[in-house]
Amino acid sequence: MAGPAVALLILFIVVPVMLAFVLAFTNARLISPRPATFVGLHNFANLFSDPVFWASLRNTFYFAVVVVPIQAGLALVLALLVNAKVRGTNFFRTVYFVPVVTSMVVVSLLWRFLYQKDGLLNALISAVHPSYAPIDWLNDPRTAMPAIIVMSIWQAVGFHMIIWLSGLQTIPAELYEAGDLDGAVGWKRFRYITWPSLLATRTFILITITIAALSLFTQISVMTQGGPLDSTTTVVYMAVRTGYQQLATGYASAISLVFFVLVLIVSGVQRFLTREKD
Amino acid sequence: MSTVVENPPRAGRSAHRRRAGWLVQTGRILLALLFAGPLLFLFVSSLKPDLQIFADLRSWRAFVPLGHVSFANYSAVFARVPFARFLMNSIGISVLTVVLGLLVNSLAAFALARLQWRGKQLVLTGIIATLILPFETLALPLVWWVNKLPWLTMNGFHLQLTTGWLDTYQVQIIPFVANAFSVYLFYQYFTSIPKELDEAARMDGAGWFRIYRNVVMPLSGPAIATVAILTFLPAWNSYLWPLMVVQSEELRPVMIGIQYFFQLNVSWGQVMAYASMITLPVLALFLAFQKAFIGSIASSGVKG
Repeated sequence: MAGPAVALLILFIVVPVMLAFVLAFTNARLISPRPATFVGLHNFANLFSDPVFWASLRNTFYFAVVVVPIQAGLALVLALLVNAKVRGTNFFRTVYFVPVVTSMVVVSLLWRFLYQKDGLLNALISAVHPSYAPIDWLNDPRTAMPAIIVMSIWQAVGFHMIIWLSGLQTIPAELYEAGDLDGAVGWKRFRYITWPSLLATRTFILITITIAALSLFTQISVMTQGGPLDSTTTVVYMAVRTGYQQLATGYASAISLVFFVLVLIVSGVQRFLTREKD
Repeated sequence: MSTVVENPPRAGRSAHRRRAGWLVQTGRILLALLFAGPLLFLFVSSLKPDLQIFADLRSWRAFVPLGHVSFANYSAVFARVPFARFLMNSIGISVLTVVLGLLVNSLAAFALARLQWRGKQLVLTGIIATLILPFETLALPLVWWVNKLPWLTMNGFHLQLTTGWLDTYQVQIIPFVANAFSVYLFYQYFTSIPKELDEAARMDGAGWFRIYRNVVMPLSGPAIATVAILTFLPAWNSYLWPLMVVQSEELRPVMIGIQYFFQLNVSWGQVMAYASMITLPVLALFLAFQKAFIGSIASSGVKG
Protein backbone atom coordinates (compact mmCIF):
# COMPACT_ATOMS: atom_id res chain seq x y z
CA MET A 1 0.00 0.00 0.00
CA ALA A 2 2.95 2.26 0.51
CA GLY A 3 3.99 1.29 -3.00
CA PRO A 4 2.52 4.13 -5.07
CA ALA A 5 3.76 6.85 -2.74
CA VAL A 6 7.22 5.35 -2.44
CA ALA A 7 7.46 4.84 -6.20
CA LEU A 8 6.41 8.43 -6.88
CA LEU A 9 8.79 9.81 -4.27
CA ILE A 10 11.65 7.85 -5.80
CA LEU A 11 10.68 8.91 -9.31
CA PHE A 12 10.27 12.62 -8.55
CA ILE A 13 12.54 13.29 -5.60
CA VAL A 14 15.24 10.65 -5.26
CA VAL A 15 15.98 10.34 -8.98
CA PRO A 16 16.25 14.13 -9.53
CA VAL A 17 18.60 14.41 -6.56
CA MET A 18 20.83 11.72 -7.98
CA LEU A 19 20.53 13.30 -11.41
CA ALA A 20 21.70 16.60 -9.98
CA PHE A 21 24.84 14.81 -8.84
CA VAL A 22 25.37 13.21 -12.26
CA LEU A 23 24.35 16.09 -14.53
CA ALA A 24 26.48 18.57 -12.62
CA PHE A 25 29.53 16.85 -14.05
CA THR A 26 28.28 16.89 -17.65
CA ASN A 27 27.57 19.48 -20.30
CA ALA A 28 23.91 18.35 -20.61
CA ARG A 29 21.51 20.78 -22.25
CA LEU A 30 17.75 20.57 -21.99
CA ILE A 31 17.21 20.36 -25.72
CA SER A 32 20.24 19.15 -27.59
CA PRO A 33 20.86 16.88 -30.56
CA ARG A 34 24.12 15.63 -29.03
CA PRO A 35 24.21 13.42 -25.96
CA ALA A 36 25.71 14.88 -22.81
CA THR A 37 29.36 14.19 -22.12
CA PHE A 38 31.34 14.06 -18.92
CA VAL A 39 33.22 17.27 -18.26
CA GLY A 40 34.56 16.66 -14.76
CA LEU A 41 34.72 19.69 -12.51
CA HIS A 42 34.42 22.10 -15.39
CA ASN A 43 30.99 23.44 -14.29
CA PHE A 44 32.20 24.01 -10.76
CA ALA A 45 35.36 25.73 -11.94
CA ASN A 46 33.23 28.04 -14.06
CA LEU A 47 30.84 28.62 -11.22
CA PHE A 48 33.44 29.51 -8.64
CA SER A 49 35.09 31.97 -11.00
CA ASP A 50 31.76 33.60 -11.86
CA PRO A 51 31.28 36.89 -9.99
CA VAL A 52 27.50 36.58 -10.40
CA PHE A 53 27.60 33.36 -8.41
CA TRP A 54 29.42 35.03 -5.52
CA ALA A 55 27.03 37.96 -5.67
CA SER A 56 24.06 35.60 -5.57
CA LEU A 57 25.56 33.69 -2.66
CA ARG A 58 26.09 36.95 -0.77
CA ASN A 59 22.56 38.13 -1.54
CA THR A 60 21.06 34.82 -0.46
CA PHE A 61 22.85 35.02 2.89
CA TYR A 62 22.00 38.68 3.31
CA PHE A 63 18.33 37.89 2.82
CA ALA A 64 18.36 34.88 5.15
CA VAL A 65 20.36 36.55 7.92
CA VAL A 66 17.95 39.49 8.04
CA VAL A 67 14.69 37.64 7.43
CA VAL A 68 15.10 34.73 9.84
CA PRO A 69 15.35 36.66 13.13
CA ILE A 70 12.99 39.49 12.15
CA GLN A 71 10.28 37.26 10.79
CA ALA A 72 10.49 34.79 13.65
CA GLY A 73 10.47 37.61 16.22
CA LEU A 74 7.65 39.55 14.64
CA ALA A 75 5.61 36.36 14.29
CA LEU A 76 6.06 35.73 18.00
CA VAL A 77 4.94 39.27 18.84
CA LEU A 78 1.85 38.79 16.68
CA ALA A 79 1.14 35.44 18.30
CA LEU A 80 1.37 36.96 21.77
CA LEU A 81 -0.93 39.79 20.67
CA VAL A 82 -3.64 37.43 19.47
CA ASN A 83 -3.20 34.73 22.12
CA ALA A 84 -5.85 36.10 24.43
CA LYS A 85 -9.45 35.42 25.12
CA VAL A 86 -10.68 38.87 24.31
CA ARG A 87 -13.16 39.94 21.72
CA GLY A 88 -11.87 40.34 18.20
CA THR A 89 -8.92 37.97 18.60
CA ASN A 90 -10.23 35.76 15.83
CA PHE A 91 -10.67 38.74 13.54
CA PHE A 92 -7.06 39.83 14.02
CA ARG A 93 -5.72 36.32 13.50
CA THR A 94 -7.61 36.14 10.22
CA VAL A 95 -6.40 39.52 9.01
CA TYR A 96 -2.75 38.81 9.86
CA PHE A 97 -3.06 35.51 8.04
CA VAL A 98 -4.61 36.80 4.82
CA PRO A 99 -1.30 37.58 3.03
CA VAL A 100 -0.22 33.95 3.58
CA VAL A 101 -3.18 32.74 1.56
CA THR A 102 -2.42 35.21 -1.20
CA SER A 103 0.06 33.82 -3.71
CA MET A 104 3.59 35.16 -3.69
CA VAL A 105 3.24 36.03 -7.37
CA VAL A 106 0.28 38.31 -6.68
CA VAL A 107 1.93 39.79 -3.61
CA SER A 108 5.13 40.50 -5.54
CA LEU A 109 3.18 42.20 -8.30
CA LEU A 110 1.23 44.32 -5.91
CA TRP A 111 4.31 45.44 -4.04
CA ARG A 112 6.10 46.14 -7.28
CA PHE A 113 3.51 48.82 -7.73
CA LEU A 114 3.77 50.02 -4.15
CA TYR A 115 7.54 50.41 -4.58
CA GLN A 116 7.45 52.25 -7.93
CA LYS A 117 8.87 55.73 -8.08
CA ASP A 118 5.34 57.06 -8.62
CA GLY A 119 3.84 54.28 -6.50
CA LEU A 120 1.84 54.14 -3.29
CA LEU A 121 4.72 54.08 -0.81
CA ASN A 122 6.42 57.22 -2.14
CA ALA A 123 3.05 58.95 -2.48
CA LEU A 124 2.19 58.20 1.15
CA ILE A 125 5.59 59.35 2.41
CA SER A 126 5.49 62.60 0.46
CA ALA A 127 1.93 63.24 1.64
CA VAL A 128 3.22 63.54 5.21
CA HIS A 129 6.69 64.80 4.32
CA PRO A 130 6.42 67.27 1.40
CA SER A 131 10.17 67.82 0.83
CA TYR A 132 10.83 64.09 0.41
CA ALA A 133 12.65 63.04 -2.77
CA PRO A 134 10.99 59.84 -4.05
CA ILE A 135 13.16 56.72 -4.10
CA ASP A 136 12.92 54.19 -6.90
CA TRP A 137 13.00 51.36 -4.38
CA LEU A 138 13.44 48.37 -6.66
CA ASN A 139 15.77 50.09 -9.13
CA ASP A 140 18.31 51.27 -6.61
CA PRO A 141 20.94 48.66 -5.67
CA ARG A 142 20.96 49.97 -2.11
CA THR A 143 17.24 49.62 -1.49
CA ALA A 144 16.18 46.75 -3.76
CA MET A 145 17.01 43.90 -1.38
CA PRO A 146 15.67 45.62 1.75
CA ALA A 147 12.45 46.32 -0.14
CA ILE A 148 12.13 42.64 -1.04
CA ILE A 149 12.89 41.69 2.55
CA VAL A 150 10.11 43.88 3.95
CA MET A 151 7.60 42.48 1.48
CA SER A 152 8.63 38.88 2.10
CA ILE A 153 8.22 39.26 5.84
CA TRP A 154 4.83 40.89 5.37
CA GLN A 155 3.65 37.95 3.26
CA ALA A 156 4.85 35.03 5.39
CA VAL A 157 4.84 36.26 8.96
CA GLY A 158 1.22 35.19 9.53
CA PHE A 159 2.13 31.59 8.82
CA HIS A 160 4.68 31.52 11.60
CA MET A 161 2.40 33.46 13.91
CA ILE A 162 -0.02 30.53 13.72
CA ILE A 163 2.76 28.06 14.48
CA TRP A 164 3.92 30.08 17.49
CA LEU A 165 0.30 30.27 18.55
CA SER A 166 -0.11 26.50 18.45
CA GLY A 167 3.04 26.24 20.57
CA LEU A 168 1.75 28.83 23.04
CA GLN A 169 -1.48 26.95 23.47
CA THR A 170 0.21 23.73 24.47
CA ILE A 171 1.77 25.41 27.51
CA PRO A 172 -0.14 24.06 30.52
CA ALA A 173 -2.21 26.64 32.38
CA GLU A 174 -0.83 25.35 35.71
CA LEU A 175 2.60 26.70 34.80
CA TYR A 176 1.22 30.20 34.56
CA GLU A 177 -0.79 29.76 37.74
CA ALA A 178 2.30 28.63 39.62
CA GLY A 179 4.27 31.52 38.15
CA ASP A 180 1.58 33.92 39.21
CA LEU A 181 1.99 32.84 42.83
CA ASP A 182 5.72 33.45 42.57
CA GLY A 183 5.06 36.91 41.20
CA ALA A 184 6.17 36.16 37.65
CA VAL A 185 4.39 38.75 35.53
CA GLY A 186 5.09 40.63 32.35
CA TRP A 187 8.61 40.12 31.07
CA LYS A 188 9.53 37.61 33.80
CA ARG A 189 6.51 35.53 32.97
CA PHE A 190 7.61 35.43 29.34
CA ARG A 191 11.28 34.87 30.14
CA TYR A 192 10.89 32.02 32.63
CA ILE A 193 7.69 30.28 31.54
CA THR A 194 6.71 31.01 27.95
CA TRP A 195 10.11 31.05 26.23
CA PRO A 196 11.48 27.78 27.68
CA SER A 197 8.22 26.00 26.85
CA LEU A 198 8.52 26.86 23.19
CA LEU A 199 11.72 24.94 22.44
CA ALA A 200 10.24 22.50 19.90
CA THR A 201 8.25 25.26 18.18
CA ARG A 202 11.34 27.43 18.05
CA THR A 203 13.37 24.77 16.30
CA PHE A 204 10.64 24.12 13.77
CA ILE A 205 10.18 27.81 12.98
CA LEU A 206 13.88 28.48 12.70
CA ILE A 207 14.43 25.65 10.26
CA THR A 208 11.36 26.30 8.08
CA ILE A 209 12.07 30.04 7.79
CA THR A 210 15.72 29.42 6.99
CA ILE A 211 15.03 26.90 4.24
CA ALA A 212 12.34 29.15 2.77
CA ALA A 213 14.68 32.16 2.94
CA LEU A 214 17.53 30.34 1.23
CA SER A 215 15.11 29.29 -1.55
CA LEU A 216 14.23 32.90 -2.41
CA PHE A 217 13.05 32.94 -6.01
CA THR A 218 9.52 34.09 -6.88
CA GLN A 219 9.86 37.62 -5.51
CA ILE A 220 13.06 38.09 -7.49
CA SER A 221 11.58 36.68 -10.65
CA VAL A 222 8.51 38.93 -10.52
CA MET A 223 10.01 42.09 -9.04
CA THR A 224 13.61 42.62 -10.12
CA GLN A 225 14.91 39.74 -12.29
CA GLY A 226 18.03 39.83 -10.17
CA GLY A 227 18.75 43.49 -10.83
CA PRO A 228 19.74 46.21 -10.49
CA LEU A 229 23.40 45.30 -11.01
CA ASP A 230 22.84 41.80 -9.64
CA SER A 231 22.00 43.27 -6.24
CA THR A 232 19.09 40.84 -5.85
CA THR A 233 20.24 37.76 -7.76
CA THR A 234 19.97 34.69 -5.53
CA VAL A 235 21.37 31.20 -5.89
CA VAL A 236 18.02 29.69 -6.88
CA TYR A 237 17.24 32.55 -9.23
CA MET A 238 20.61 32.10 -10.90
CA ALA A 239 20.07 28.34 -11.20
CA VAL A 240 16.67 28.79 -12.77
CA ARG A 241 17.87 31.48 -15.14
CA THR A 242 20.75 29.29 -16.26
CA GLY A 243 18.75 26.12 -16.58
CA TYR A 244 15.53 27.50 -17.98
CA GLN A 245 16.46 30.47 -20.11
CA GLN A 246 19.85 29.27 -21.28
CA LEU A 247 18.84 25.58 -21.22
CA ALA A 248 22.21 24.73 -19.66
CA THR A 249 21.02 21.83 -17.52
CA GLY A 250 24.49 20.65 -16.53
CA TYR A 251 25.62 24.04 -15.29
CA ALA A 252 22.29 24.64 -13.54
CA SER A 253 22.58 21.24 -11.84
CA ALA A 254 25.97 22.25 -10.50
CA ILE A 255 24.37 25.38 -9.01
CA SER A 256 21.52 23.29 -7.57
CA LEU A 257 24.02 20.93 -6.04
CA VAL A 258 25.91 23.75 -4.36
CA PHE A 259 22.59 25.09 -3.09
CA PHE A 260 21.58 21.67 -1.78
CA VAL A 261 24.85 21.34 0.14
CA LEU A 262 24.31 24.85 1.49
CA VAL A 263 20.84 24.02 2.80
CA LEU A 264 22.13 20.80 4.30
CA ILE A 265 24.95 22.56 6.14
CA VAL A 266 22.78 25.39 7.42
CA SER A 267 19.96 23.16 8.65
CA GLY A 268 22.51 20.75 10.13
CA VAL A 269 24.13 23.55 12.09
CA GLN A 270 20.74 24.77 13.26
CA ARG A 271 19.68 21.33 14.36
CA PHE A 272 22.92 21.06 16.31
CA LEU A 273 22.49 24.44 17.96
CA THR A 274 18.86 23.88 18.90
CA ARG A 275 19.18 20.23 19.96
CA GLU A 276 17.49 19.35 23.20
CA LYS A 277 19.99 19.37 25.98
CA ASP A 278 19.29 16.73 28.57
CA MET B 1 -5.21 22.02 25.01
CA SER B 2 -6.30 25.48 24.07
CA THR B 3 -6.74 26.98 27.49
CA VAL B 4 -5.42 30.46 27.54
CA VAL B 5 -4.90 31.94 30.93
CA GLU B 6 -5.30 35.59 31.64
CA ASN B 7 -4.01 36.75 34.96
CA PRO B 8 -6.82 37.45 37.38
CA PRO B 9 -6.93 41.21 37.84
CA ARG B 10 -5.51 42.36 41.13
CA ALA B 11 -6.49 45.37 43.13
CA GLY B 12 -4.25 48.42 42.66
CA ARG B 13 -2.88 47.40 39.30
CA SER B 14 -6.06 47.56 37.32
CA ALA B 15 -5.55 51.10 36.03
CA HIS B 16 -2.10 50.21 34.76
CA ARG B 17 -3.51 47.03 33.31
CA ARG B 18 -6.28 48.86 31.50
CA ARG B 19 -3.80 51.23 29.92
CA ALA B 20 -1.65 48.29 28.80
CA GLY B 21 -4.75 46.67 27.34
CA TRP B 22 -5.48 49.83 25.41
CA LEU B 23 -1.97 49.91 24.00
CA VAL B 24 -2.18 46.28 22.96
CA GLN B 25 -5.50 46.85 21.25
CA THR B 26 -4.15 49.89 19.39
CA GLY B 27 -1.17 47.81 18.29
CA ARG B 28 -3.47 45.09 17.01
CA ILE B 29 -5.50 47.57 14.98
CA LEU B 30 -2.46 49.27 13.45
CA LEU B 31 -1.03 45.91 12.48
CA ALA B 32 -4.36 44.87 10.98
CA LEU B 33 -4.27 47.99 8.79
CA LEU B 34 -0.72 47.16 7.77
CA PHE B 35 -1.69 43.64 6.73
CA ALA B 36 -5.03 44.42 5.12
CA GLY B 37 -4.01 47.74 3.52
CA PRO B 38 -2.08 46.51 0.48
CA LEU B 39 -4.72 43.92 -0.39
CA LEU B 40 -7.52 46.42 0.06
CA PHE B 41 -5.59 48.71 -2.27
CA LEU B 42 -5.34 45.86 -4.78
CA PHE B 43 -9.07 45.19 -4.88
CA VAL B 44 -10.02 48.87 -4.90
CA SER B 45 -7.56 49.73 -7.67
CA SER B 46 -8.82 46.90 -9.84
CA LEU B 47 -12.06 48.87 -10.15
CA LYS B 48 -10.45 52.14 -11.24
CA PRO B 49 -9.01 53.38 -14.52
CA ASP B 50 -5.22 53.85 -14.49
CA LEU B 51 -5.41 57.64 -14.37
CA GLN B 52 -7.52 57.56 -11.26
CA ILE B 53 -5.33 54.99 -9.52
CA PHE B 54 -2.42 57.41 -9.77
CA ALA B 55 -4.51 60.47 -8.95
CA ASP B 56 -5.82 58.83 -5.75
CA LEU B 57 -2.45 57.67 -4.45
CA ARG B 58 -1.74 60.60 -2.20
CA SER B 59 -4.85 60.32 -0.07
CA TRP B 60 -7.18 57.97 1.71
CA ARG B 61 -9.10 57.71 -1.58
CA ALA B 62 -6.54 55.10 -2.67
CA PHE B 63 -8.28 52.68 -0.32
CA VAL B 64 -11.92 53.36 -1.17
CA PRO B 65 -13.78 52.61 -4.38
CA LEU B 66 -14.91 56.15 -5.22
CA GLY B 67 -14.91 58.09 -8.47
CA HIS B 68 -14.83 56.33 -11.85
CA VAL B 69 -15.50 52.87 -10.55
CA SER B 70 -16.36 50.09 -12.99
CA PHE B 71 -15.58 46.55 -14.04
CA ALA B 72 -13.89 47.77 -17.20
CA ASN B 73 -10.53 46.33 -16.15
CA TYR B 74 -12.15 42.96 -15.64
CA SER B 75 -13.68 42.86 -19.09
CA ALA B 76 -10.31 43.95 -20.48
CA VAL B 77 -8.76 40.92 -18.79
CA PHE B 78 -11.20 38.61 -20.54
CA ALA B 79 -10.39 40.27 -23.85
CA ARG B 80 -6.68 39.84 -23.34
CA VAL B 81 -6.30 36.30 -21.99
CA PRO B 82 -8.36 33.11 -22.17
CA PHE B 83 -9.17 33.49 -18.50
CA ALA B 84 -11.85 30.79 -18.35
CA ARG B 85 -9.38 28.31 -19.80
CA PHE B 86 -6.64 29.24 -17.34
CA LEU B 87 -9.10 29.00 -14.49
CA MET B 88 -10.35 25.55 -15.53
CA ASN B 89 -6.74 24.38 -15.88
CA SER B 90 -5.85 25.60 -12.41
CA ILE B 91 -8.97 24.11 -10.86
CA GLY B 92 -8.44 20.79 -12.62
CA ILE B 93 -4.76 20.60 -11.74
CA SER B 94 -5.28 21.59 -8.11
CA VAL B 95 -8.26 19.32 -7.52
CA LEU B 96 -6.60 16.30 -9.12
CA THR B 97 -3.38 16.87 -7.18
CA VAL B 98 -5.37 17.10 -3.95
CA VAL B 99 -7.54 14.03 -4.61
CA LEU B 100 -4.71 11.80 -5.80
CA GLY B 101 -2.48 13.14 -3.04
CA LEU B 102 -5.04 12.31 -0.35
CA LEU B 103 -5.37 8.76 -1.67
CA VAL B 104 -1.71 7.93 -2.29
CA ASN B 105 -0.30 9.55 0.84
CA SER B 106 -2.94 8.21 3.20
CA LEU B 107 -2.46 4.68 1.84
CA ALA B 108 1.27 4.94 2.42
CA ALA B 109 0.74 6.30 5.90
CA PHE B 110 -1.76 3.53 6.63
CA ALA B 111 0.78 0.89 5.66
CA LEU B 112 3.40 2.57 7.82
CA ALA B 113 1.23 3.20 10.84
CA ARG B 114 -1.08 0.17 10.96
CA LEU B 115 0.61 -2.76 9.23
CA GLN B 116 3.61 -4.87 10.16
CA TRP B 117 6.14 -5.49 7.43
CA ARG B 118 9.85 -5.83 6.87
CA GLY B 119 11.77 -2.70 6.11
CA LYS B 120 9.00 -0.46 7.39
CA GLN B 121 11.23 1.66 9.60
CA LEU B 122 13.67 2.14 6.75
CA VAL B 123 10.94 3.36 4.39
CA LEU B 124 9.59 5.75 7.02
CA THR B 125 13.04 7.20 7.66
CA GLY B 126 13.64 7.53 3.92
CA ILE B 127 10.37 9.38 3.41
CA ILE B 128 11.05 11.78 6.27
CA ALA B 129 14.59 12.39 5.00
CA THR B 130 13.20 13.79 1.75
CA LEU B 131 11.50 16.52 3.81
CA ILE B 132 14.58 18.69 4.04
CA LEU B 133 14.92 19.01 0.27
CA PRO B 134 13.50 22.28 -0.96
CA PHE B 135 11.71 21.82 -4.28
CA GLU B 136 13.98 24.46 -5.79
CA THR B 137 17.00 22.17 -5.55
CA LEU B 138 15.23 19.51 -7.59
CA ALA B 139 13.45 21.65 -10.12
CA LEU B 140 16.13 21.75 -12.80
CA PRO B 141 17.23 18.13 -12.90
CA LEU B 142 13.53 17.31 -12.65
CA VAL B 143 12.78 19.25 -15.82
CA TRP B 144 15.46 17.27 -17.63
CA TRP B 145 14.11 14.04 -16.15
CA VAL B 146 10.39 14.50 -16.94
CA ASN B 147 11.44 15.26 -20.49
CA LYS B 148 12.65 11.65 -20.74
CA LEU B 149 9.65 9.94 -19.18
CA PRO B 150 7.24 7.80 -21.22
CA TRP B 151 3.47 8.39 -21.31
CA LEU B 152 0.51 6.72 -23.01
CA THR B 153 -1.55 9.03 -25.19
CA MET B 154 -4.64 8.46 -27.29
CA ASN B 155 -4.10 8.87 -30.99
CA GLY B 156 -7.56 8.55 -32.41
CA PHE B 157 -8.56 5.14 -31.05
CA HIS B 158 -5.00 3.89 -30.71
CA LEU B 159 -3.02 4.05 -27.52
CA GLN B 160 0.38 5.35 -28.30
CA LEU B 161 3.55 5.42 -26.26
CA THR B 162 5.23 8.81 -26.35
CA THR B 163 8.22 10.22 -24.52
CA GLY B 164 8.61 13.56 -22.86
CA TRP B 165 6.22 15.12 -20.39
CA LEU B 166 7.06 18.71 -21.16
CA ASP B 167 4.00 20.75 -22.05
CA THR B 168 1.32 18.40 -20.70
CA TYR B 169 -1.21 18.30 -17.88
CA GLN B 170 0.34 15.30 -16.16
CA VAL B 171 3.66 17.06 -15.65
CA GLN B 172 1.80 19.65 -13.58
CA ILE B 173 0.09 17.01 -11.43
CA ILE B 174 1.88 13.70 -11.01
CA PRO B 175 5.24 14.92 -9.64
CA PHE B 176 3.35 16.60 -6.77
CA VAL B 177 1.01 13.79 -5.80
CA ALA B 178 3.30 11.96 -3.40
CA ASN B 179 4.42 14.28 -0.65
CA ALA B 180 6.56 13.31 2.30
CA PHE B 181 4.98 15.91 4.54
CA SER B 182 1.47 14.65 3.80
CA VAL B 183 2.54 11.07 4.51
CA TYR B 184 4.04 12.27 7.76
CA LEU B 185 0.90 14.15 8.82
CA PHE B 186 -1.32 11.17 8.05
CA TYR B 187 1.13 8.85 9.80
CA GLN B 188 1.05 10.99 12.93
CA TYR B 189 -2.71 11.01 12.92
CA PHE B 190 -3.16 7.31 12.20
CA THR B 191 -0.89 6.27 15.05
CA SER B 192 -3.21 8.09 17.44
CA ILE B 193 -6.20 5.94 16.45
CA PRO B 194 -6.53 2.90 18.78
CA LYS B 195 -5.28 -0.34 17.24
CA GLU B 196 -8.10 -2.28 18.90
CA LEU B 197 -10.40 -0.95 16.18
CA ASP B 198 -8.37 -2.80 13.54
CA GLU B 199 -8.49 -6.02 15.53
CA ALA B 200 -12.24 -5.79 16.02
CA ALA B 201 -12.73 -5.17 12.32
CA ARG B 202 -10.46 -8.06 11.45
CA MET B 203 -12.51 -10.36 13.70
CA ASP B 204 -15.50 -9.37 11.59
CA GLY B 205 -13.60 -10.52 8.53
CA ALA B 206 -12.55 -7.16 7.14
CA GLY B 207 -9.41 -7.02 4.99
CA TRP B 208 -6.81 -4.27 5.27
CA PHE B 209 -8.32 -2.20 2.54
CA ARG B 210 -11.73 -2.28 4.23
CA ILE B 211 -10.15 -1.24 7.51
CA TYR B 212 -8.47 1.64 5.72
CA ARG B 213 -11.64 2.72 4.00
CA ASN B 214 -14.27 2.05 6.63
CA VAL B 215 -12.44 2.42 9.93
CA VAL B 216 -9.34 4.61 9.73
CA MET B 217 -10.24 7.14 7.05
CA PRO B 218 -13.68 8.05 8.43
CA LEU B 219 -11.98 8.89 11.75
CA SER B 220 -9.35 11.09 10.11
CA GLY B 221 -11.32 14.16 9.09
CA PRO B 222 -8.88 16.72 10.53
CA ALA B 223 -5.87 15.05 8.92
CA ILE B 224 -7.68 14.91 5.57
CA ALA B 225 -8.57 18.60 5.80
CA THR B 226 -4.99 19.51 6.71
CA VAL B 227 -3.45 17.59 3.85
CA ALA B 228 -6.07 18.85 1.40
CA ILE B 229 -5.36 22.48 2.29
CA LEU B 230 -1.60 22.10 2.37
CA THR B 231 -1.72 20.43 -1.06
CA PHE B 232 -4.20 22.84 -2.58
CA LEU B 233 -2.41 26.10 -1.77
CA PRO B 234 0.92 25.33 -3.46
CA ALA B 235 -0.86 23.69 -6.39
CA TRP B 236 -2.99 26.78 -6.98
CA ASN B 237 -0.08 29.15 -6.41
CA SER B 238 2.54 27.24 -8.37
CA TYR B 239 4.57 29.47 -10.62
CA LEU B 240 8.16 28.31 -11.07
CA TRP B 241 7.26 24.83 -12.29
CA PRO B 242 4.64 25.70 -14.94
CA LEU B 243 6.90 28.51 -16.06
CA MET B 244 9.55 25.95 -16.87
CA VAL B 245 7.53 23.04 -18.25
CA VAL B 246 4.44 24.49 -19.96
CA GLN B 247 4.66 26.34 -23.27
CA SER B 248 1.18 25.97 -24.76
CA GLU B 249 -1.32 28.61 -23.85
CA GLU B 250 -4.18 26.13 -23.52
CA LEU B 251 -2.37 24.19 -20.76
CA ARG B 252 -1.39 27.15 -18.62
CA PRO B 253 -2.58 27.76 -15.05
CA VAL B 254 -3.75 31.14 -13.76
CA MET B 255 -0.52 32.28 -12.11
CA ILE B 256 1.36 32.19 -15.41
CA GLY B 257 -1.34 34.37 -16.97
CA ILE B 258 0.11 37.26 -14.99
CA GLN B 259 2.93 37.47 -17.52
CA TYR B 260 0.47 38.58 -20.19
CA PHE B 261 0.01 41.86 -18.40
CA PHE B 262 3.61 42.89 -18.38
CA GLN B 263 4.18 43.27 -22.07
CA LEU B 264 5.06 46.75 -23.32
CA ASN B 265 2.97 49.31 -21.50
CA VAL B 266 1.63 48.01 -18.23
CA SER B 267 -1.98 48.83 -17.42
CA TRP B 268 -1.92 48.66 -13.65
CA GLY B 269 -5.70 48.59 -13.46
CA GLN B 270 -5.73 45.43 -15.55
CA VAL B 271 -2.89 43.90 -13.56
CA MET B 272 -4.83 44.54 -10.37
CA ALA B 273 -8.00 43.11 -11.91
CA TYR B 274 -6.24 39.93 -12.96
CA ALA B 275 -4.51 39.62 -9.60
CA SER B 276 -7.89 40.06 -7.86
CA MET B 277 -9.50 37.41 -10.04
CA ILE B 278 -6.92 34.78 -9.16
CA THR B 279 -6.83 35.75 -5.49
CA LEU B 280 -10.50 36.11 -4.64
CA PRO B 281 -11.45 32.42 -5.12
CA VAL B 282 -8.76 31.33 -2.67
CA LEU B 283 -9.62 34.13 -0.27
CA ALA B 284 -13.28 33.10 -0.36
CA LEU B 285 -12.30 29.49 0.33
CA PHE B 286 -10.10 30.70 3.16
CA LEU B 287 -12.84 32.75 4.79
CA ALA B 288 -15.32 29.88 4.46
CA PHE B 289 -12.97 27.28 5.95
CA GLN B 290 -10.99 29.66 8.10
CA LYS B 291 -10.96 27.39 11.16
CA ALA B 292 -9.68 24.38 9.24
CA PHE B 293 -7.11 26.50 7.42
CA ILE B 294 -5.57 27.99 10.51
CA GLY B 295 -5.94 24.73 12.42
CA SER B 296 -4.12 22.87 9.68
CA ILE B 297 -1.19 25.24 9.68
CA ALA B 298 -1.07 25.00 13.45
CA SER B 299 -1.03 21.21 13.43
CA SER B 300 1.68 21.20 10.80
CA GLY B 301 3.87 23.01 13.28
CA VAL B 302 3.43 20.41 15.99
CA LYS B 303 6.30 18.14 15.15
CA GLY B 304 9.01 17.71 17.71
